[in-house]
Amino acid sequence: MAAFIGLFRRDLRLALRQGGDAGLVLGFFVLAVVLFPLGVGPEPAVLQRIGAGIVWVAALLAALLSLDRLFEADYHDGGLDLLALSSLPLEFAVLAKCAAHWVATGLPLALISPSLALLVGLDPAEIVILALSLLIGTPALSLIGSVAAALTLGARRQGIVLSILVLPLYIPPLVFGAGAVEASVAGMDARAYLLILAALSLAALAFCPWASAAALRQALE
Amino acid sequence: MINWLANPARFTRISTRTLPWCGWGAVVVIAAGLYWSLMLAPPDYQQGDTVRIMFIHVPAAWMALNVYLLVAVASAVALVWRHPLAEIAARAAAPIGAGFTLICLATGSLWGRPMWGAWWVWDARLTSVLILFFLYLGYMALVNAFDDPSRGGKAGSVLALVGVVNLPIIKFSVDWWNTLHQPASVMRLGGPKIDTSMLVPLLIMAAGFLLLFLALLLLRMRTILNERKAMALRLNAETPSSRAPRAAMVATHPGAE
Repeated sequence: MAAFIGLFRRDLRLALRQGGDAGLVLGFFVLAVVLFPLGVGPEPAVLQRIGAGIVWVAALLAALLSLDRLFEADYHDGGLDLLALSSLPLEFAVLAKCAAHWVATGLPLALISPSLALLVGLDPAEIVILALSLLIGTPALSLIGSVAAALTLGARRQGIVLSILVLPLYIPPLVFGAGAVEASVAGMDARAYLLILAALSLAALAFCPWASAAALRQALE
Repeated sequence: MINWLANPARFTRISTRTLPWCGWGAVVVIAAGLYWSLMLAPPDYQQGDTVRIMFIHVPAAWMALNVYLLVAVASAVALVWRHPLAEIAARAAAPIGAGFTLICLATGSLWGRPMWGAWWVWDARLTSVLILFFLYLGYMALVNAFDDPSRGGKAGSVLALVGVVNLPIIKFSVDWWNTLHQPASVMRLGGPKIDTSMLVPLLIMAAGFLLLFLALLLLRMRTILNERKAMALRLNAETPSSRAPRAAMVATHPGAE
């Protein structure tokens, strides 16, 4: 457990300090959301209709951009070999890294999403649902992304292969996350969507560390 | 059985004998199936002749799903038993499966335009099949993304197994969600709901597609085996002049190789 917490704190510290990647991801998120009103026009009705989808798609892309940080540096400097040899099972090491990744990207995205939701004209009730859906759904993004990040370690054109692998797998959280806000815009109860989103995150929590660890093991062979 | 088939030379011998049967069988059966489904089968009482698209669409969809299942099972066998041919089978099957998925999507779109009034709708069945297509593309991209083919094969195997979660979603999407796509009418409890005059050509087409898949799979597997053989020969047959400087380099830098 000490090793788990130690790894979590180390990754978090690296993400927050080293060149401020976490801040860059947030900046990308804000910019991507701001681009849409400029592209589709500023009519409040249109923006309110597609606002949740915009914020969710921007969150997906921001999460995708930060995935290479998960294992890439440790793979190149040999830290990953040491992690694989340590007494901490590799599955737990993956879990610690995903947790740190989520705290450094998913959590801040969810926390600043209310201010972005104002930019696209969502109502207060929908803003709460949007922030809640991001809070529940972004762990799934970090966990699913870890599988793809581990699989593409050492690949040629890693960035593009990574996005081809991970974006189709991000579709379910996107559908139910944006669907929750849309349901609340339409005056329906968003609870069912949020519950399915929570189920997706929990399933990813149970399943993805195994897959990522398997991928890491064959990358280190 | 698994070990008996693991010998590439034995596989080549067997496939040389079975490949023509599969290939010509596919030609004959698909020709018969096309004639039956396009000429003999009756037009639908609602859809008219548009129903004939179904005779290609449905077998392609079956193949798209089952080929992915084969890729996943072969990947599991390759990961667990390090079976040399299983990895090659998965790698060879994926592009064929992607082709069947594309046929399924394209014919579905052609059918949807006159029937639903739209080339594409975002219902659960269509979306999940589109995800299947992207999974195939991702698998192919990943397998070819490494300089070391065995590393690509293993990474692809893990990905193929992760992607299996999509198969039940595709299969049951028409039951779980209220889709525009019609629910299953052949593979259902209580027997097929489709009339025999249409079921027979449909099953013939399915058999033809299966034979076509087997022929293409064997052909591609043999090609990959030959490629590997050629690569090994090329590595072994370095000319003496090129070997000498490398040997000298290894002698002066013992860690260089």
